[in-house]
Amino acid sequence: MDGDDRLYDRAPGVEHLESTANVLSYTVGLGFAILLTIASFVVSQTNFLWGPGVPVGLIVLAFAQIGVHLVFFLHLGSGPDNTNNILALAFGLMVVFLVITGSVWIIANLNANMMPMPVHLPR
Amino acid sequence: MTIATVDAVPTELVPGRGGGGPAPTRTVVAYGFWIFILSDITMFSGLFAAYAVLSSRTAGGPTGNEVFNLRHVFIETACLLVSSYTCGLGALSAERRQRDRFLVFAACTFVLGAAFLFIEISEFAGMVRADAGPGRSAFLSAFFALVGMHGAHVTSGLVWLAYMVAQVVVKGLRPHVLRRLLCFSLFWHALDIIWIGVITLVYLMGAR
Amino acid sequence: MLGKLSWAAIPFYQPLPLYAMGVVGIVILAVLGRVTVKGGWPYLWREWLTSVDHKRIGVMYLILALIMLLRGFSDAIMMRSQQAIAIGGAQGYLPPDHYDQIFSSHGTIMIFFVAMPFVIGLMNFVVPLQLGVRDVAFPVLNSVSFWLTASGALLINLSLVIGSFARTGWMGYPPLSELAYSPDVGVDYYLWLLQISGVGTLFAGINMVTTILKLRAPGMIYFRMPVFCWSALTSSILIVVAFPILTATFAMLLLDRYVGMHFFTNDAGGNMMMYVNLFWAWGHPEVYILILPAFGVFSEVIATFSGKALFSYRSMVFALLAICILSFMVWLHHFFTMGASADVNAFFGIMSMIIGVPTGVKVFNWLFTLFGGRVVFRTPVLFSIGFMVTFVIGGMTGVLLAVPPVDFVLHNSVFLVAHFHNVIIGGVIFGALAGYNYWFPKAFGFTLDERWGKASFWCWLIGFYLAFMPLYVLGLMGMTRRLQHIADPSWRPLLLVAEAGAVVIFLGILCQIAQLYVSIRTRESRRDLTGDPWNGRTLEWATSSPPPPYNFAVLPRVETIDAFWEMKRRGLTAAEPAYETIEMPRNSPIGIVIAFFAVLSGFALIWHIWWLAILALLAIAVTVMVFGWSENREREIPANEMARMERVRLGLGRPA
Repeated sequence: MDGDDRLYDRAPGVEHLESTANVLSYTVGLGFAILLTIASFVVSQTNFLWGPGVPVGLIVLAFAQIGVHLVFFLHLGSGPDNTNNILALAFGLMVVFLVITGSVWIIANLNANMMPMPVHLPR
Repeated sequence: MTIATVDAVPTELVPGRGGGGPAPTRTVVAYGFWIFILSDITMFSGLFAAYAVLSSRTAGGPTGNEVFNLRHVFIETACLLVSSYTCGLGALSAERRQRDRFLVFAACTFVLGAAFLFIEISEFAGMVRADAGPGRSAFLSAFFALVGMHGAHVTSGLVWLAYMVAQVVVKGLRPHVLRRLLCFSLFWHALDIIWIGVITLVYLMGAR
Repeated sequence: MLGKLSWAAIPFYQPLPLYAMGVVGIVILAVLGRVTVKGGWPYLWREWLTSVDHKRIGVMYLILALIMLLRGFSDAIMMRSQQAIAIGGAQGYLPPDHYDQIFSSHGTIMIFFVAMPFVIGLMNFVVPLQLGVRDVAFPVLNSVSFWLTASGALLINLSLVIGSFARTGWMGYPPLSELAYSPDVGVDYYLWLLQISGVGTLFAGINMVTTILKLRAPGMIYFRMPVFCWSALTSSILIVVAFPILTATFAMLLLDRYVGMHFFTNDAGGNMMMYVNLFWAWGHPEVYILILPAFGVFSEVIATFSGKALFSYRSMVFALLAICILSFMVWLHHFFTMGASADVNAFFGIMSMIIGVPTGVKVFNWLFTLFGGRVVFRTPVLFSIGFMVTFVIGGMTGVLLAVPPVDFVLHNSVFLVAHFHNVIIGGVIFGALAGYNYWFPKAFGFTLDERWGKASFWCWLIGFYLAFMPLYVLGLMGMTRRLQHIADPSWRPLLLVAEAGAVVIFLGILCQIAQLYVSIRTRESRRDLTGDPWNGRTLEWATSSPPPPYNFAVLPRVETIDAFWEMKRRGLTAAEPAYETIEMPRNSPIGIVIAFFAVLSGFALIWHIWWLAILALLAIAVTVMVFGWSENREREIPANEMARMERVRLGLGRPA
């Protein structure tokens, strides 16, 4: 039954008994994730990173940790049997990126072009 | 019509070309659930965008710095992260048909998830009591909606987990039960991924 | 106890909705009564209402779309008539309060309950057949999707009778849609019914993506799929990633209205521009969700009726994929005038023009497919050619509107109204009607009457141009959209022409009804005995008309594009295939049960009947859990029974 699976694509999260999906994968992933979480808190709460670089640092660390989750917990690989999963993820991430950054850019621009507001209206 | 050589693999059987016919049920179900998770992530992106845009609109009320408690956030993060780990180990045990080990890991996942929720709900209640509730300002509306939506997902996940444990106990680790456990672990890991986004954008950037 | 609901909700003192309610009520009772008298309920329940067969569900989607077309069109002709009458001193017959509800429900119904069900219904019916498989990936979820969409349709029709509908237009912009300015239930109806049907649509999208990517006949690699399946795939991908944005946006507006939050309010820091931004981040992909399957229909129809393969399959596929990706990069063109500065407007303006390029590629490919072919001018081809002319005009006005300075003059004028009706009627409706005529014999076993079909086409075409070309001119003359009263009498001649156009479209709809009636009465003379009435190219034509529940007794082996054409070219084998035992899903009442509780909970939430809302939502959860516990949801069809059914079926006229 497992041999037939080579014909078909792999779905995310599916464990195959003989593959990398074993306790080691999860434990290593947990380890990385703990390190990255602590790093995010350190970056945010201390002066370890130069001030204006903190948001960038946080985002980089977040992406790294998401990557750890995807690879070590969800077993997302790069082989041809995973192409559908990666493509779906990539498209979803593209949309998320466009919606969030697009909205921030657009609304910031619109806000900047608003008429001056009377002082007593809280914003 | 091309004449295939003895050694050549027919085009359609090359992995990834998709020519092998209908995929097994397990793959179909897991992929369908993966697509659902992507749709869920897109929904969260709408809420993230609203938060990003409204986070400065505090209407004279409390700002993030004033209401966020980063120690609690760290504990919540630890709970969710370790629960992802126990969920993964539970999935492994289920695959290997180790029913009792699965039940232990499922219980750990449940307890950790419930701890997360308990801390989060206490945080919300505290904020409401301190006149920093969702109706106070646009920033707080966006905060409560985003973090609350994530919490609602965690709650549904716990209900689902309890239901799955009941199914495992009564029906055993049969193929359709295993497929649903696979979907549950996809869901649970995705919730942790979204939480990473939440702590980065909301708590860590906001509480500087 | 009953929240805000009281007898005052029923429009006893308003003649128009009262009479409309009366007529519709009588018709519904008559239909239900006839079914009961004929003892039809067991058949209906078993064969249609609880069916999880994609073919049945597809047909039900189309029935829903056609019925709602009548409702949406009656809104349209009321608006046209009001605008033709209420010029200068005359006041017309629709007070502003009603007129506002009518244009709001017209837009909502036409987009969500005509165009979407039409497109999803065609995809549902055709895609598994074209892929050479037995059903979609999740048949029970498919049934749930349909019934949730129907729930939304029921709620919008209830709003005519109990309470009122939104007066905000189909987009529901705050602050008008906030509680302070729309305190009644209208906007709540709008929001809840779209949330409910939105869930259904999302599930349908997930189902279709999974089916197309994971369930295809052996040998059907991606570049051997029919183009309609590619268009269904790209459209469904857009559904999956765009609809949740709408869900989130409506959730935020609901939170504002119900819990007093401040996402889009005037005070406490709300930003109503964010609603417009997020709405259109969904709204633009939505129009591509509608048009891409229509493009797919035209690709199939044109190739089949030209007797040639579609010109440049690969560029058609890449064009679809390009449109899919680009559709997420243009949404600001819906609010150029909201005040963004030149660089933002310019970026989105340029992207909006770029997205016209892949569509242009497709139009040329269709033309090149027709060129050199032996074209048979049947109704679907007429709609395709009508589409190519009409859609190109609509696309050109779209590119014109994509220029921000032009849009500053034309935004929210009837020029815009003419543009989007141009592309939606010329594109989506013509595609839907072409697909309806094209695949009708496959679904029901007999073709539609050709003369009435052609008559309906000409009425739609001429009616469309009469109704909407004047609106382009009026828009340039300065007429705003959604006017209940026209102050400038010089617009009267053009408005009268537009009214005439609406009447001609009405004749077109009557022709369609006549076509259906006549076709059913004379169906024996137009029986499709071979399963292949048009000498088709793709696998759905390899089955009988209608196909057996399992579609294919043995899944076909695919080796080329246009697999059925290739099979015919090589000659059908006379030998019987080796039948195997297969499993088919059993019917399930879960779709209609969930829909029942969804309507109940939606209604309760709208009218603030909290206890009922909680109970109904709990009932949905319980239904899902009970369903999840059930076993034995598939039935086996053993090999010998398959053999018997196939022999009987083949004996009815397929070449031996």
